[in-house]
Amino acid sequence: MKFAVVEFPGSNCDHDAYYAAKHVLGQQAEFIWHKDTDLRGADVVVLPGGFSYGDYLRTGAIARFSPIMARVREFADAGGPVIGICNGFQVLLEAGLLEGALLSNRRLKFLCQHVHVRVEQSDTPFTCGAAVGQVLKLPIAHGEGNYHADPETVAALEANRQVIFRYCAADGSASDAANPNGSLAAIAGVCNAGRNVVGLMPHPERACESVLGSTDGLVVLESVVSALAATGAA
Amino acid sequence: MDQSTIDAHGLSADEYQRLLEILGREPTITELGIFSVMWSEHCSYKSSRLHLRRLPTEGARVVQGPGENAGAVDIGDGLIAVFKIESHNHPSFIEPYQGAATGVGGIIRDIFTMGARPIALLNSLRFGALDDPATRRLVDGVVAGIAGYGNSIGIPTVGGEIAFEPSYAGNPLVNVFCLGVAKADQLAKGLASGTGNPVYYVGAKTGRDGIHGATMASAEFDGHSADKRPAVQVGDPFMEKLLLEACLEVMQTGALVGIQDMGAAGLTCSTSEMAARGDVGIEIDVSRVPQREAGMTPYEIMLSESQERMLLIARRGREAEVEQVFEKWDLHAVRIGEVTGDGRLRVRDRGVVVAEIPNRQLADGAPLYDRPTERPAYLTEVQQLDVTALPAPADLSQTWLDLLGAPVIASKRWVYRQYDHMVRTNTLVLPGLGAGVVRIKGTSRALTFSVDGNGRYCYLDPGEGGRLAVAEAARNVACAGAVPIGATNCLNFGNPERPEIMWQFAHTVDGIAEACRALEIPITGGNVSLYNETDGQAIYPTPVLGVVGLLEDATRVLTRMFPADSLEIVLLGEAAGELGGSEYLKVAHGLVRGRPAAVDLDRERALQRLLVDAARDGLLRSAHDCAEGGFAVTLAECSVESGGVGARVELPAPAGPDDRFALVRALFGEAPSRVVVSALPEERDRLLARARAFSVPASVIGHTGGERLTISVAGAVVAAIGLDEAEQAWDNGLTRHFETAVA
Repeated sequence: MKFAVVEFPGSNCDHDAYYAAKHVLGQQAEFIWHKDTDLRGADVVVLPGGFSYGDYLRTGAIARFSPIMARVREFADAGGPVIGICNGFQVLLEAGLLEGALLSNRRLKFLCQHVHVRVEQSDTPFTCGAAVGQVLKLPIAHGEGNYHADPETVAALEANRQVIFRYCAADGSASDAANPNGSLAAIAGVCNAGRNVVGLMPHPERACESVLGSTDGLVVLESVVSALAATGAA
Repeated sequence: MDQSTIDAHGLSADEYQRLLEILGREPTITELGIFSVMWSEHCSYKSSRLHLRRLPTEGARVVQGPGENAGAVDIGDGLIAVFKIESHNHPSFIEPYQGAATGVGGIIRDIFTMGARPIALLNSLRFGALDDPATRRLVDGVVAGIAGYGNSIGIPTVGGEIAFEPSYAGNPLVNVFCLGVAKADQLAKGLASGTGNPVYYVGAKTGRDGIHGATMASAEFDGHSADKRPAVQVGDPFMEKLLLEACLEVMQTGALVGIQDMGAAGLTCSTSEMAARGDVGIEIDVSRVPQREAGMTPYEIMLSESQERMLLIARRGREAEVEQVFEKWDLHAVRIGEVTGDGRLRVRDRGVVVAEIPNRQLADGAPLYDRPTERPAYLTEVQQLDVTALPAPADLSQTWLDLLGAPVIASKRWVYRQYDHMVRTNTLVLPGLGAGVVRIKGTSRALTFSVDGNGRYCYLDPGEGGRLAVAEAARNVACAGAVPIGATNCLNFGNPERPEIMWQFAHTVDGIAEACRALEIPITGGNVSLYNETDGQAIYPTPVLGVVGLLEDATRVLTRMFPADSLEIVLLGEAAGELGGSEYLKVAHGLVRGRPAAVDLDRERALQRLLVDAARDGLLRSAHDCAEGGFAVTLAECSVESGGVGARVELPAPAGPDDRFALVRALFGEAPSRVVVSALPEERDRLLARARAFSVPASVIGHTGGERLTISVAGAVVAAIGLDEAEQAWDNGLTRHFETAVA
């Protein structure tokens, strides 16, 4: 199975995603330069974290115009699994592959810390190995992760079960204190209507080895491996 | 050249005379500008060079000592660690966000210039008292600036220190440390050679920002310092990220001869230094330099300190390879000149020569001063400490909590959670838990880092302060289980033209040199920041040591936290502490007096070797150095953090004067060479035997467990606090100054 890790200028978690896929999971992984126009037979596409184009404009607003994004859209439209992590989530929102927007954190500061998120749905390629209600300890590292959408959109996302991860306390309970950035409905990650495109602010690729403080991110990446194995891909 | 122009460039009469002798004629205005920045304190180290020669710079692992963009040490497996610390004090006071951000950008460039991939940042910060709103504004801006740059470029900030003292109110210190890793055979150098080789400029365009930044950093501040804001540069971490990746990629082609960033004194310094190292000449035409604004003069282009710019010397005939890599990253390498054989720095503007200087005399012929020194008059007075007139604390438990909540001691979570400390997935110890530790992927090893300095100790006793700074930084690294293998220092002082400041400087350097020799830690480079004064008030003399340690087996890494109940707690080192220069004296009595406890360097070395040895053999479960706040604060720091475990310990009856402060000394007195460790009960005897073998005093003083921290002395409980109250005091001590609860 082959992971494509897209590199935008300013991506800085590209090597981390690559390392997790290749050296922790033992899968194939390849960097795809943003100017490329070919995903080179990838089975899963990762849009990694970072500060694409410096994020001087809205986060992700320029990266969505990169040549490779046309291929990513085709891949997603064909049902291929795509995950956007942190800045990658922001790019997916700007590209219209996911709905909503990410505002500045409510205290306006960048935050790097471990948080807990609850898996809300297990019928996506990135959560199929997890149980609904399972609590994952994952790092966040962002200044603009405050999820926002208009009430109709949020209602539709909830009705269609497209909220995939929600910030929570270690025991899974919801509380304002457990919501690090002020996200609406404590939303940490969502999927598209087809359920094959997932975006989230926390970094599962930073939580794949016990020496780094958590292995709870593994389930996200392992899910897609087993999901594709089940469909017979690669 | 008229006198007012010469004066405005900060050149003394002697220096100007020297310039005339070198040129054999009057300088052009561009030449005057070039000399003034190259001979500024910031670039030439003219007041400090003589003293810096006393620092030990050699060792078996040293691959690159002082003189290059950064130092380098061998870390095994064919790899080297490239590291340096640098200050950005003056700009950070004038414009905190950009000053701090560009400080981070500058030190990162120094590291990747050497061909190393930067993998860790640390910082050491000093500000005035926190109850001053102006201080809080500075702290807020500096921390945001460091975060804004480091986070964007994707290098984790894995540790650091921050302290508050009124002496830094008008001169905050922002010292940034960066470390990178390179293959030993791929070390790049800032060197020009090969007549006819092309000189390339790459990166951001040149603007008028930062002109005379180096000169600003070489003068005191006064009430008009805010007027110097145009001399502070603006950072672009995205541009730097592109430069970092592109430069590391272009080095792989083998088409480069040398490379150097344009930092202080910009194009002037990079051309001159590269040519001097290669003993060649260099010729450039400033009209080819990409410019941000119209109508810039050669003078402005040569002196601009616009950020994110690099100078490269390529091999003739291989230009296309170099240009191709930069095009990939949407950067444009522009050929601005070539290497010459005549030893001259020649600057043209559309072909017309506007400066021509014998380069070696410009770079190496900078003035060197043996400035007069005189023991400061204040020392005799402040070194006297008479506690008889002071009220003894009524409640030691309350004092304990007060100290845990002192901003210098309290949790720095509010600061470090603004820094991405996990990117690159190598961070084995999260900030706040001990020395910074990052693994080296593909090996079994990890590197550990600590940046330390105590301005208060140095103010009270500069020589001892220097020794203590080295000992503490190295001890912190050893507490993680690592062997200290190299150091870099940042020396922050006042105006060197004042003999008492120069005395502080000379004695501090001697102290650092002595400790580095005794602990066998070479200094591979660093930075000196002088003129940290406002209206004649100097900062405390503040050396900051950045020590790098090598941990052979990354799985053996230790933190400060007691990891479980029912562990034996062992104190390594002598129990006694002193009140001189202590945080207790400051917090409880508002005093900065007395003399800090002296470090016995033989004992210190033995202690550090024991720590490394015992950690390697798995005899320890945690280790934490006794620093500010003494033994009691150290003990609490082994417990505070959510999920921490309590402890009950018994100390022997205190030695020393049997006065009302005997217990205070035992609990809150400060002294070097003391470490609190925990061990499994079944490992206790092996640990004690190991300590004896290293001639390190070791006493079993209690065990971990419970929800409280209790200290008894000679059988009676003298202080006891709940973990929850300890944690609350510690957690809020700094944060409460910056955050109000958000509903």
